[in-house]
Amino acid sequence: MHNLFLFFRRYFNFIVLLLLQGFSIYLLVHYNSYHNALASNFMNEVTGRVNTQFNKVDYFFKLRNTNEVLIKNNERLVNLLNENFEKQDTSTKIVSENIFNDTTGRKRKWQYFSAKVVSNSVAAQNNFIAINRGAGQQIKKDDGVVDLNNGVVGIVTEVGENYSVIMSLLHKDSKISAKLKKGGEVGQVIWDGKEPNRLSLIEIRKSALVAKGDTVYTSGFTTTFPYGLMIGTIDEIVKDKSTNNYILYLKSTANFYNLQYVNAIENLQREEVDQLLKNANIKVNN
Amino acid sequence: MGTLLKNMLRFILLILVQVYVLDRIHLHYMVTPYIYFLFILWMPFEGNRAFQMLIAFALGFTLDGFRHHPGFHSAACVLVAYLRPFVVNLLISQQGAENNYQEPSAKSMGGFIPYLVYAGMLTLVHHGWLFFLEAMQFGDFWYFIVKTVFSTAISLLLIMIVELLFSRKQAFRTNTV
Repeated sequence: MHNLFLFFRRYFNFIVLLLLQGFSIYLLVHYNSYHNALASNFMNEVTGRVNTQFNKVDYFFKLRNTNEVLIKNNERLVNLLNENFEKQDTSTKIVSENIFNDTTGRKRKWQYFSAKVVSNSVAAQNNFIAINRGAGQQIKKDDGVVDLNNGVVGIVTEVGENYSVIMSLLHKDSKISAKLKKGGEVGQVIWDGKEPNRLSLIEIRKSALVAKGDTVYTSGFTTTFPYGLMIGTIDEIVKDKSTNNYILYLKSTANFYNLQYVNAIENLQREEVDQLLKNANIKVNN
Repeated sequence: MGTLLKNMLRFILLILVQVYVLDRIHLHYMVTPYIYFLFILWMPFEGNRAFQMLIAFALGFTLDGFRHHPGFHSAACVLVAYLRPFVVNLLISQQGAENNYQEPSAKSMGGFIPYLVYAGMLTLVHHGWLFFLEAMQFGDFWYFIVKTVFSTAISLLLIMIVELLFSRKQAFRTNTV
């Protein structure tokens, strides 16, 4: 017993080192479960407030850029106005397949919520973006996030009372289902951790027709993003020697260096789809 | 100014500089300099080592909080705080300097070169461990080596500039040996 005490006394510092290192690496590996903890909510609230103050300065210096983005976006929206279109033939009737219609004949599936970016990083290998909108302002976990020109930015992973954290596309765990505009092949967009604004599209067979400059957009196969949001354009085509697939490097549509405002997209029908998939899984497994 | 107040101010200032200035730098899509752990390098010679490690953990955890990814910097900071007394013992040349001065600096270490070696070794440890933990997830060995070497060089350059710009006045505490 005496020897045990002596041992602890002699190696006390080393034991503290091991404990703290162990705790850090535990947090690192299990950071998803940490996300649900109370401490994380507190940390997000604190860093969110500090970030908001500093963002006021940063925002001022980027006003010019933000203005340009807004003008571009405004142009796109004005082009969508009903007054821009003329009904050619009034004798035909459009029949919708959707049963649950409102009086205008349409049903809303996606809703956009704009939010201000309060902190953003590109330099780390796992980048997160914080926005000033949380559960109290209708943001939900797993909402898709796009920039003002509808370029994909990331997915909401943590929701606090007044702030939320988005896993940016520039994150090792980020994986987005994507589609080539030209051929329709579906693959996954990931990030290799090196260069910001440069993503990789994998799982595209070599039989696919690809060319530099081709558009890649979301496939709509997940409940996170609607169909057809731009992710990027092909910048470099590499043939993977070990498999039958291409690795396509993309130039991302969203510029992660100067995000100021983003839109979170909520899928109003997500629960229904999830429930159906869950039921199907249960049936298969039994 | 009391030691406690001074260290608290240092903690806050270094974290703010790191988060709002240095984290925005990304040279060649690779190098981001880190100087926030100067706080650990400048901790007093005396003091409970386990306590210093806890403070270092808090420092790393705060920075991790701003990056929304806990673990990386706390692990690296704790390691630096643990190894620091060994490096100090190796390098300090003046007899009883750790009693005569309060904390490590170019003056108390007996010149610019020993301080450079002191900061350099600990910076290498910090960056090496940090990028090692990152590389475990991406797994690109050469990228990791190159990144560590270049980041250490840039960070060390900044640390030396800080030492030249903000010379910390330290009273020589006599009759303590």
